[in-house]
Parts: sequence; structure tokens; C-alpha cells
Amino acid sequence: MAKIDKDATFVGDSRISAKRIPNVSPSYSEYPGKNEAFWPDFLLKEWMVAAVCLVGFLVLTVSHDPPLTARANPNDSSFTPYPDWYFLFLYQLLKYPWVAGKYVLLGILGVPGVAFTAMILAPWLDAGKERRAFRRPIATGLMFIALFCIFFLTWEADHHHTAQLAAKGPAAAAPAPADPNFKADGMWAAQTSCISCHGGNMEGGPAAPNLQKVGTNQKPEDIQKIITEGKGGMPPGMFKGSDEDLKKLVDYLASLK
Amino acid sequence: MMQKMYDWVDERLNITPMWRDLADHEVPEHVNPAHHFSAFVYCFGGLTFFITVIQILSGMFLSMYYVPDIMNAYESVKYLQTEVAFGVIVRGMHHWGASLVIVMMFLHTLRVFFTGSYKKPRELNWVVGMLIFFVMLGLGFTGYLLPWDQTAYFATVVGVQIAESVPIIGPYLKYLLTGGDIFGALTLARFFAIHVFFLPAALLGLLAAHFIMIRVQGVSGPL
Repeated sequence: MAKIDKDATFVGDSRISAKRIPNVSPSYSEYPGKNEAFWPDFLLKEWMVAAVCLVGFLVLTVSHDPPLTARANPNDSSFTPYPDWYFLFLYQLLKYPWVAGKYVLLGILGVPGVAFTAMILAPWLDAGKERRAFRRPIATGLMFIALFCIFFLTWEADHHHTAQLAAKGPAAAAPAPADPNFKADGMWAAQTSCISCHGGNMEGGPAAPNLQKVGTNQKPEDIQKIITEGKGGMPPGMFKGSDEDLKKLVDYLASLK
Repeated sequence: MMQKMYDWVDERLNITPMWRDLADHEVPEHVNPAHHFSAFVYCFGGLTFFITVIQILSGMFLSMYYVPDIMNAYESVKYLQTEVAFGVIVRGMHHWGASLVIVMMFLHTLRVFFTGSYKKPRELNWVVGMLIFFVMLGLGFTGYLLPWDQTAYFATVVGVQIAESVPIIGPYLKYLLTGGDIFGALTLARFFAIHVFFLPAALLGLLAAHFIMIRVQGVSGPL
């Protein structure tokens, strides 16, 4: 309970004291060093730093549009997942065999769990009075090791992802735009199961690539293999005709350049 | 006129002590970049808050167009980005700001760590700061799904699979996040609710605790 001053007077029947406190800033001239008041002196300087930061931020925003890929298609099993950059180090860590599979506990709780718990408990793990970083080499050293690991894993994840995309070939990375003037052969019109995904004019669809120039980067034997065995989201055995018809279709597709 | 209005309110609500409490605290020389340029490292905390405010504001504007269901989410984001005046700027600020918050918070954490500012008597503020860090990562994770595009969907599938492999609580965690056995309508609704209501509420509470503690204790002294 607050201390009660018997002589205090109040505004009406409220608890507000009738005595007004002057609204003036104290002077910090008696303090050691060059102290200044937060309001308004320092806050204005802080706003200037914020303004510089905001200009950089807006330049980034205007020069780089936020990415938006195709609409989510849960059936597309060929899509390479890629988390936002600040989760890459965790994502990459779990790719290593010694923290995956039956050791996945180590990967999920062991390494990051210990690291994050240690961060939360840092004030008790590093309980000495010394604050200077170079005078507490264990804390500083562990932090540098952790930083190195985070940067390395992030870099590795990006490296792996780039390599993975390159391995999938340019067709997967950037599908060719459909040519509206393209006219598919009569043979194609008979392949209803192909058309259902790749489209009546081979223009491709949300789950299947454009085939209008498929001969440029696929050899006839590869095309045949894809038709019989499937690829990515494409199931095997979609072609229902005879081997002779299959050969004709493959030759036709390979001739598209 | 202003003075009279202020006095009128002050007489009724006694706001001067509250106002002086906010405004009156000394900023020591060693954290002031105007005196020592290297003191700019002490700005990262303030900049984190500044960008958090931008995130809240830009998020409020995004929610005017965004539709959190799987049929319309992608279309609404695409519409916002391609048709709405300055929509691309608002979404851009929210998208890049999310990364910038993480960067600033990371730098702020490193500043606090390397200046040993988490030591007695500031242990609790460090713990609250780490909780803010995790809430921010949670906001990043849940917000990433909302555009419902290919990268968003598959990154979230992987993320939830990782959460699922945690022993004992893993399956419950997965169910809590996805709302069922598949990643679909309920998953998006839950991520939206977590991103827009649950985590921001937790964040504001933690930020208030963070700021009250720093005001009560004052900034850590020079090294």
C-alpha cells in the first residue's frame, strides 16, 4: 500500500495529487563524462541513424521485388525445397549423415539444442565479473566457433542448392515460355494422357514442362526413358500404345528444336 | 493553447511523472555515436525495434489484401504485388524487413555478448532477449508460408518434418502446426493465426519487459 500523506490534497475525490510536478528536464552536467538527455537530444540523433538505415532499406525494396514463385502445387515432387536464408544453417546441418537418419536426435536436439540452451544460460555459464571479451577467452572463443559454423553451414547450403539446381538442367530451372503459334503434330493430339498434363499444344502446365522444344536438350533415348519410366511428378507407363508408336512419338519429340 | 490542454489533462491524470519517466534518463558518453563513432554498435537494438515497427505497420497494410485460404492466398498476394498501387513496395518492405530484423537482432545479440552486458544484474534481460529472438524466428517461419507459393510450401513441409522428428512432443507439434495429417487449408489458417495474432502478442509482451528492464537497470557501463 502506498504511503499516505495526511496533509496531501487531491483533485476532487480522485487520487490525483493537487500539487503539480514541474515538467522540466533535469541537467546531467554533474554526471561524469558527456552525458546527455535521452529526450530530445539523443533521440534526434538516434532518428538520424534510423533515417540512414531506412534509406538503405527502401533502396533495397525498390530495386529488388519480393520473390513470388508459382502457386503451391503439393503434387510436384520435383521441387527442391529451400528455406529462408536464416534457417539454412539448420537445414544444412541435418543433411550430414552423422546427424541424420538414426542420429537425427543429435542433429535436432544435440547440436542446436545445446547451442541454444547455452545461449539462454550464458549469464550463468559465464558468471565471472570480467566483461571485456578478450579477458574471457572461453566464452569469446566458443562464440567465434559458433559464428564460423553458422556462416560455413549457410554458405554450404547455398552452394549445395545451386549445384542441385544446375544438376536438374536448365529446363527445370527456367521453363521455356510457351509459343502460342506452335502447332503440335496430329500424332500428339492422339496422346490424351500426355495432353492432360503437357497441354494440347505441348505448352506445359503447372505440373509438367513445356515440350515445344524438348529436342534441344534431351536425346531420343532420354525421351523414351522418361516416357516409359516417368520423371519427377510424371508417373511411369503413361504411354499406352505399341512400341512402334512409341518410337514414332519419341522421334517426333526429338525432332522439336 | 497546447500548454493549457496539457495542464488540463495533467490536472486530471497526473501525466507529468509518467512523461518525465519516459523522457528523463541520461545517455552516457560511451554509447553515444556522436562522441565515439565506434559506439554505433549500441544502435543495433534500437534499429531492431525500428524495423519491427515497420514490420508491424507493413503487415497491417498487407492484411488489407491478403486472404488466408489456399484458394485465394496466392492470388491475393499476386494481385497485391502486380495490380495494387505500391503493393509491391509494401510487400517488399515486409519481405526484406523480415531479413533485416534478423540481421539487426543478430548484431545486437553479438554486441551484448561481446561487451559482456548480459552479466549480473542483467541476466533476466538477456533471457527475455533470447526469447524475443526465438519469437522472431517463429514469425519468420510462419510468415514464409503465407504467400502459398512453391518455395513457401516446400520449405514449410521440410520445416514441419524437422519439428516432427523431435522425440515425444514432435508428433503433437506437427499436429499443432498443420492442424491435420496433410499440409492444406488448416495449415495455412493456423500459420496465419500464429503469425498475425499469437506471436505478435508474445512479441509485444516480451518487448515491453525488455524495455522496462533496460530502463530500470540502465545501460551497461563502459568496458
